[in-house]
Amino acid sequence: MIYLILFFEFFKIGLFSIGGGLATLPFLYDLADKYGWFSGEDLANMLAVSESTPGPIGINMSTYVGFTVGGIPGALIATIALVIPSIIIIVIIAKFLAKFNDNKWVKASFYTLRPAVTALIAVAGIEVFKIALLNIESFNASGLIYSLFNIKAIILFLVVLTVMLITHKKSPHPIFFIVAGAIAGIVFKM
Amino acid sequence: MKELIELFFTFAKIGSFTFGGGLAMLPIIQREIVENKKWATDDEIVDYFAIGQCTPGIIAVNTSTFIGYKRKGVLGAIFATAGMIFPSLIIITVLALFINNFAELEIVKHAFAGIRAVVAALVIVAVIKMWKSSIKDYIGIIIFAVTFILSVIFNMSSVLIIILAIVAGIIISSAKKEK
Repeated sequence: MIYLILFFEFFKIGLFSIGGGLATLPFLYDLADKYGWFSGEDLANMLAVSESTPGPIGINMSTYVGFTVGGIPGALIATIALVIPSIIIIVIIAKFLAKFNDNKWVKASFYTLRPAVTALIAVAGIEVFKIALLNIESFNASGLIYSLFNIKAIILFLVVLTVMLITHKKSPHPIFFIVAGAIAGIVFKM
Repeated sequence: MKELIELFFTFAKIGSFTFGGGLAMLPIIQREIVENKKWATDDEIVDYFAIGQCTPGIIAVNTSTFIGYKRKGVLGAIFATAGMIFPSLIIITVLALFINNFAELEIVKHAFAGIRAVVAALVIVAVIKMWKSSIKDYIGIIIFAVTFILSVIFNMSSVLIIILAIVAGIIISSAKKEK
């Protein structure tokens, strides 16, 4: 029975959360209130784990919540239920696009949509940048300019950027940089 | 069947190295899907992100469904998406079973601080690539600038911006044809 509820609730979350994994959060807080399966504090802890493990945050969160509620079957059911609406909707859109790819209105829409989405992604990139390279919290606490910059992170950032721009088309795989970043983080206690 | 399995493992690889949000997977998608496998072009990836922003569900999942469908129809969509969520299922379940305070461990915090700095650099290069493929004339630059301002200064929602961009595209194209 609990599995049915899990399936239904996560299907609903998959259907109504628009724009990125964090959009699932308010729905998960509602779940906590509605069923008492876990507390808001549990959820904050799950978010911390989801953000520091590989995988899309929304998927990590559903797996975690599903596991907490119903063990391994719960994790599977919650995650699968979350992605089913996406699969159905995207397959319908993909079919439509394949058929109307040469339609002038579709072409006209994508003509301006691409620059707009590139800008939205650049904006999201600024957030990534702020979180990775600045210490907003300690700056607010101390008011000292030098405490704003995470020097070790900025050096690592510049090294990676330089290597990528110099090697250009022959640059190492992103996965190489990510693993190197993890090691550098541990070695230099970032 | 071989191609379905290839879809599954390619997306499992992408899922395994996506740290923090859908944006972080962009550099790996560009490398694996566009440059290595040639399953999609840079433009198509931008389109998928555009559609992913304004349709329900998680962008990473929407993108993998799109590419999987393009390769091998509905089955391809399912295999690609299953690959994308597979690493999360394994890693989160193992952590939930054995480690209570994973996110509090010093070593995890240090490793993740390093990963974040790297991802910031990777994302910049990814956005530059995207800019090169998606902005081709001065209208593109104007749309980019207006979107940037609407989003950063006026905090307008992505869905609304995307609807406005579509309307602008249709108006601009109709105006061009009348000339």
